[in-house]
Order: sequence, then C-alpha cells, then structure tokens
Amino acid sequence: MVWEVVVGIETHAQLATASKMFSGASTAFGAAPNTQASAVDIALPGVLPVANLAAIEHAIRFGLAVRGTINRRSIFARKNYFYPDLPKGYQISQYESPIVQGGKLTFQLDGREHIARLTRAHLEEDAGKSLHEDFHGMTGIDLNRAGTPLLEIVSEPDLRGAKEAVGYARALHALVMWIGVCDGNMQEGSFRCDANVSVRRRGESVLGTRCEIKNLNSFRFMERAIEFEAKRQIELTEDGGKVVQETRLYDPDRDETRSMRTKEDAQDYRYFPDPDLLPLVISEQMIHDIEAAMPELPDARRERFIREYALTPYDAGLLTVSRTAADYYEALVKASGVEPKLCANWQTGELSAALNREERDIAASPVSPPMLAGLLKRVTDGTVSGKAAKQVFEVMWKLGGVVDEIIEREGLRQVSDAGAIEKLVDAVLAANERLVGDYRAGKDKAFNALVGQVMKASKGKANPVQAAEALRRKLG
Amino acid sequence: MLDATLAELSAALAAKRVSSVELTGAFLDRVRKLNPDLNAFITVDRERSLAQARAADAKRAHGDAGPLTGIPVALKDIYCTKGQRTTCGSRMLEHFISPYDAHVVEQLERAGAVALGKCNMDEFAMGSSNENSYFGPVRNPWDRRRVPGGSSGGSAAAVAARMAPAATGTDTGGSVRQPAAFSGVCGLRPTYGLVSRYGLIAFASSLDQAGPIARSAADLALLLNVMAGFDARDSTSLDRPKEDYTENLEMRMGGLRIGLPAEYFGEGIEPGVRMAVEAAVAWFEAQGARRVELELSRTKLAVPAYYVIAPAEASSNLARFDGVRYGYRAKEYSDLVDMYCRTRAEAFGAEVKQRILVGTYVLSHGYYDAYYLQAQKVRRLIAQDFSLAFEKCDVILGPTAPTTAFEIGAKAGDPVQMYLGDIFTIPAALAGLPALSIPCGFDEKGLPVGLQLMGEHFSEATLLGAAHRYQQATEWHKRIPKETPL
Repeated sequence: MVWEVVVGIETHAQLATASKMFSGASTAFGAAPNTQASAVDIALPGVLPVANLAAIEHAIRFGLAVRGTINRRSIFARKNYFYPDLPKGYQISQYESPIVQGGKLTFQLDGREHIARLTRAHLEEDAGKSLHEDFHGMTGIDLNRAGTPLLEIVSEPDLRGAKEAVGYARALHALVMWIGVCDGNMQEGSFRCDANVSVRRRGESVLGTRCEIKNLNSFRFMERAIEFEAKRQIELTEDGGKVVQETRLYDPDRDETRSMRTKEDAQDYRYFPDPDLLPLVISEQMIHDIEAAMPELPDARRERFIREYALTPYDAGLLTVSRTAADYYEALVKASGVEPKLCANWQTGELSAALNREERDIAASPVSPPMLAGLLKRVTDGTVSGKAAKQVFEVMWKLGGVVDEIIEREGLRQVSDAGAIEKLVDAVLAANERLVGDYRAGKDKAFNALVGQVMKASKGKANPVQAAEALRRKLG
Repeated sequence: MLDATLAELSAALAAKRVSSVELTGAFLDRVRKLNPDLNAFITVDRERSLAQARAADAKRAHGDAGPLTGIPVALKDIYCTKGQRTTCGSRMLEHFISPYDAHVVEQLERAGAVALGKCNMDEFAMGSSNENSYFGPVRNPWDRRRVPGGSSGGSAAAVAARMAPAATGTDTGGSVRQPAAFSGVCGLRPTYGLVSRYGLIAFASSLDQAGPIARSAADLALLLNVMAGFDARDSTSLDRPKEDYTENLEMRMGGLRIGLPAEYFGEGIEPGVRMAVEAAVAWFEAQGARRVELELSRTKLAVPAYYVIAPAEASSNLARFDGVRYGYRAKEYSDLVDMYCRTRAEAFGAEVKQRILVGTYVLSHGYYDAYYLQAQKVRRLIAQDFSLAFEKCDVILGPTAPTTAFEIGAKAGDPVQMYLGDIFTIPAALAGLPALSIPCGFDEKGLPVGLQLMGEHFSEATLLGAAHRYQQATEWHKRIPKETPL
C-alpha cells in the first residue's frame, strides 16, 4: 500500500448543563419547538449574553483530563454569518484564545496504544434547527437548540486511516462521558464528529489537500465515510486529478460523500472579540477545585485494574470502557470477595452478553453487583457448578430474587456430600471395569472418562473436584 | 410646575400639593401641544402613563415613596418597554412590541417614576442631529430650523421644551452630551458599566452607556441614583457598592484641579462656544480651582478610531434584524437571500446602511488588522493618555461640541463634517470615562453652549458636584427656550 490516509477529527460535544451557554433557558431535548428559547436565545433587541459557569467548568474538566493547557484568559468571539436558525446573525465562539490548548488523547486499538495530539478545545453555542419538511414551501425554525453549550474539540491530523479515526472518536466519546461533561447521546446530536481527510504517498512529509466530511453521526458511518473519501481521493490522484479543498457531506443511504461547498465559497466570518462578554478569566483556585474533584481517568483505572486485580490488558480495557462498567466491576469484586479474575470473566461474559442482547446499559442491569457477587460466592464455595451458575444467572436476570433461594428452588445445588459422592463413585467403578483397567494400565484419559461417568450419574450435580478426589482415593 | 426641578416636584408630591396623575396629565398636555411641531416623541400612550401615575399615587399613599415616585420621565425609544412599541427610530422596528422591560426601565418603575412616552432619536442611535430618524427630524426648541443634536435628540428637546422634567438617553460617542449641549439642558454619560445595558437596543456594545438628561446637575444625580447599579444580566455591568450621587453636590471647590487640554480650545471651535466655555473656566478659577494645562495629543485620532470600532460592532449587532423572527420583513422576495436583502434595504435608513457597510469592511479578512486592531490600539492609547492626565487634574473642562446647533440639512450631505462634530465627546466614550454637559452660556445667535466636564472612572459624584456648584452661581440652565414659552 503506497497511500497513507491522514485524518483529523473535529468534535462538537454538547456540554451536560441544565441551562444554555449564554441564557437561563433549559437544554432538555425533545420539547415542543421554540418552548425552550428565551429572549436571549431568540435574540430580541437589547438582550445580552451571560456565560454559563457550569459549561466553563466542564471545559476546564475536559482540558485537565487530556492534559491540555487551560488558558487563564480566553476570549469569546463572534462568528458572523446570516442563517435563519442563527438568531443573532452571529455565533458566540472562541477564536484566537480558546479555553483549552493542546493536550492528548490515548486510545487502544488492536492491542496497541495510540496517542493523538489535540489542537484545542473551545466553548461555543449551538444554532437552532431549520425544519424543511411539513411547511409547504416554507421553512420552520426551532430555536430550542439555539444557545446550547458546545465544546468543540479539534485533533491534530495524527490519525492514520478510518480505524484509527474511529478508535480516537470512541475513546473521546468514552472520556467525555467518563468525566461527566457530555451525555454522549449521538442520536440526539450530543456528540457530533466531522473528519478532515487527506491522502499522501507513504513517506511523504507534506500533508495532502484535505476535505472536511460532515454528518458523521455514528461510528459506523464515520468509518465508512472516511474509507469512501480516502478511496475517492486516491483514485482521483492516481488518475492524475487534484483534490480540491472542500466540505463534503456523507450520505449513509448511498454510502458516499458529495461536495457541499468548496473553499472558494467559504464565508468570511469576520471574527472579532464579543464586546458583550468580558475576557474569560480563570482562577488557579477554580482549576485546583476541578482537578481535586476529577474522577480517576480511564487510562489510570485500566492500569490499576491490571496491577491490582491481575487482569489482562484486554480484560482491563473491557472493564474500563465506561465509568459505570468500571464502578460495577469494583463493586462486584468488593461485595463478592472472590477471585477478581472470576468477576472479570462473569462481567465480560454472561453479564455483557445479556446486556448486549437486550441493548441495556450496565447502569440499568437487572442483576446488580451484590446479586452477582452472591452467585459468584456460591460458585467459589462449590455450592453450584459453573454450568448451573449460568442457569441461576438467567433466572436472576429475568425474575430477580435471592441466589440461594433460586439454587434450591431450581434444584441446582451441587452434590458435595461425601457419602453421596462415594456411593456414586462405587457404582461407577463397579459398572466400568474396562475403564478401571485402562487407568491401571497407565491411560490417564480413562480417569477423565470416569469423572465424566460420575457427573453423568449425578445429572451434573456432583462436585467434580470431590468426585475426582474420591475416584483417585478408591483407585489407589 | 412644568418648570420645576425634580427636587421641587418631589417636595410638591410629598406635600400633596399635586398628585402624580395631575402632574403627569400636565406634562402630557404639554406634549400634546408641542409635539406636532417639535416631533420629540415617537410614541405617547396617555392611558399607560396615567395608570402608572395612579400606581405612583397609591404607592405614596402607602407611605413607600422615594424621591422619584410619581415623577414623569421620558424614555429614549431605544429602551425596551414591555407591551409597548420600541422603534429605535427605525422602520425596522416600527411595529415592534417589546415583551420585556430594559433594566433601567425596571429600576425607574421600581422607584415609582412614570414613563411619559418614547422619545425620538437617530435610527439605532446613529447620528448627531436626529435627522436620521425614520419618524422625521426633531426640532430644536431654541430655534425650530435647527437640530436638537443626536442621537438622543428627542429626549433633550423634550426636557428643554418642558415636555418632560427629565429623560433617559444613551451615549455611544456623545449621544447624551451633545444633544444636551445643543438643546441647553444637562446630560450625563456615566462610567462604562455603571448602568446596565440590558434592554437597550445595542449600537456599539463596548461604547453604549445609558445616561440621564435633565435640567440641572442635582436632577441628574437623583436620576443616576436610580439608574446605576449592578445587573447580572449584563456581563459588562460592574458589581460595586451603590453610591448616593446627591451627597457630594455641595462639594468644596478650593483646590479642585481643572485640566484644560489645548486640543479642546484649538482650531475649529466657534468663537461663541469658546467665549462661553472660557468664562466658565474663569468662574471655576475664581472659586479656588487650580488650572492645569494639558495636552491630549491623540484627540484627533479619536474620531477615526471611533468610526472604525462603532460601525464594526454595529454591523454585527444589527445582523439580528433579518426579517426572520420579528420586525420588518419585505413584502415580496424570491428566496432567502433576497428576503434578507430586501428587508434590510427597505427598513434601514442610509446612515445605518453606511455604517453597516463600513463595519463589515473593517472586520473583513485582510482589513481587520489594518483597521479594527489599529483602532483598538488607538483606543487604548487614548485611555492611557486620560489616565496620565488624571494624575495631574481632577476634572477636565472643555466644550461639549465645537459648534452650537446647526440648521436642519446643513451637514446632511457631508458625513465627515458631521462626524468631526463629535470630536470632544468621543474620547471619553472610547476610554469609558464619565462625562457630563451643562449649559454655560449662549452664542451670538442665542443658541445654548455646552460645557463638558470629564473625570476618572467612577468620578460621577465629583463631576456632578462641580456642575452643581456652577449651577448654584449661574442661571444658564434655567432659561426657557423662547420658541416654547410656558
């Protein structure tokens, strides 16, 4: 492969605040059109913006999480353009002095660690929505979303190809939810990505001309759009053409990107500092307080899981995919007191499968950490076999209930009574003389077959460890 | 009663010699009589004002009246008033009913003042003559062929003609002080951030400041007491302890250092203006004030810097008037862009369009550094020059404007000449400093001359005190325009 695909990602993360970036109106999703638009949001004459402190704190929290520089003084600027869903005729954003500069995001992909540098992250407000359907040749405007706080997070062009781009986006998505600054809901538009894609021949140091792809509202679309776009640029270049800098829209139905506007159509936004807002000055105390309240970050927690619970990097990665998953795991380990590895296996195995099957978040799992802990205790103390435990889990999942009662009710208790097992073993030995002979002749396989016979005779309920011990003893 | 000061009206109301309803009715009658000729008001709602007057009388009967309770105050039509038309002097907002009150309007209402009506003004406060109003020019009560100044021309003319005992204005580059000077009344531009801008229709946000217009410095102080104060809805509003601006009115003049910048007494100043201002300076010296000669050499840069910064901000502030949500929309259009173009072409006047074009230009890619950033640098230097000057003096004195009121149409074709008339009011605005204008005499044509007092940030009390002492000794502010006798 002679071509290298270079990607940078711009993300708009909606900040999880109760009110808007510059007004007191609610940010809740799904209200009737224009019911959550205040005088400030609809830009009545004479109204003024007041910056939302919670949004500023979220931006700082993000900046600290990616080890970026928090600018102690940043500037809100106006980005001027006319559009019906932009009520003021300008968007308040940050231009020359963003609140966060630099930083980096670490992510795992195919067992390897990647690092993408961040250019910046800045605060801005969202526009409203234009509704082109249902209005018979007219356009409806819904300003509920106008003024919603966004953090625009810009990566350096450090990602090579669609898979890395998606790996980065997933890690970013997980991080913003982990630190509580964004709900991550992509269907509702809380986390939106644009990709800057260019190609160059491997070994070249100069970047190729980039195209910006918009409308990537799922990770799957992002991967396909970048793949399509890279292929388009490679084919174009190989055929002697030139990539033109432009904005392209991804159409998921046709699985292609198409031109929206070229650089020549690019508007002059006439950025200038917003005179209605003073420079945003951030105190050391504020940064210190936010730092102090920062949860343990995904990377650190992953490393700790490997160290503290002797997990594989793979398991640790799965268990720190979200803060709720990691919290679940640690609650499970603590409540059960059993082998952390067993807890990991159950969470990434049975529990994860059940959650996936019903598309549930782990926070909404019908089997809570104490419930699962109770079951794993019974597995460890031999009350139930691993196989029976899965049946108990299914019952708990569907009906709830107390582990021990389920085991009794369903008759899943493992036979661990020495006398009962001895009787079974005696019967098996009497009925399988040939296997006994084989064993005595030195065939180890025969022993396993005998254990299997004991299990079969017990209808799977015998404790296999005890059965093996009894067999060995009797066979001398 | 029409000629009384606010303090006198307040005393009369307190002594029940007159009710607010009677007082308000008397001023409304005078508005009805004079307004067809002077055109100082765009909107008068007699019933609305009388209802407020009745409420004020009730408030007084309850025993919770303040100094302004029951006193009618006219509002520049740039102040949003709930449920009432707020036009900003523009066709764009000819039928706009504001759903909310400006902060200052709330404050006045809380104090029990009666809103008398909405005063005429240059469209979106852009102008120095009130000729740019969609609702027609305002006439100067001292000479009906002349302008009252602008942009708060309606407010100044209303106070001068005794149609209102006081009014509110806004001052971006001189829009309170210059019409006060031209109309023979008093006007104060407070320190930037002292009065909330919430609910004032924005012209140039970094310069706009609300201020009172009245007939004496003492009345300005009473109004400022109500208008000033922190408002969390304006991010540029200053959170500082409230002051009583009437406390310092009887200040001692001995030792007051008065700065006289050479640039304010140089070329281009009409002899009548110079004579009146110099006589006022002599009076201050006679009271023991010390004269400090100053140089503010960058004064000549103020006008060009202002006419970059103010249009730049205006071009963005006025983008919201797009015909989409409220205000004027063109009747016919072919598509979205055509709707924008026709709406703004039809509803903005020539001066507003010109400033939007200039502002758009100076913010454009490739011009931003050369114009906007350069102008901001000049602005900082001018502010620095003032800081240095105020190490040497307490108050800077000079003329408010180089001329007295000119004839309607005299400068209409020459915007640069019009802009140069703002040369003495723009510097304080750029520096965010408080400044006021009071009458200090008349020129040979019988037109009033304004004396400007500028001070350091938050020196309103000093400015008002100095002006008050001057007014105790002079009668200029008590003259009634001969064309509008009582």
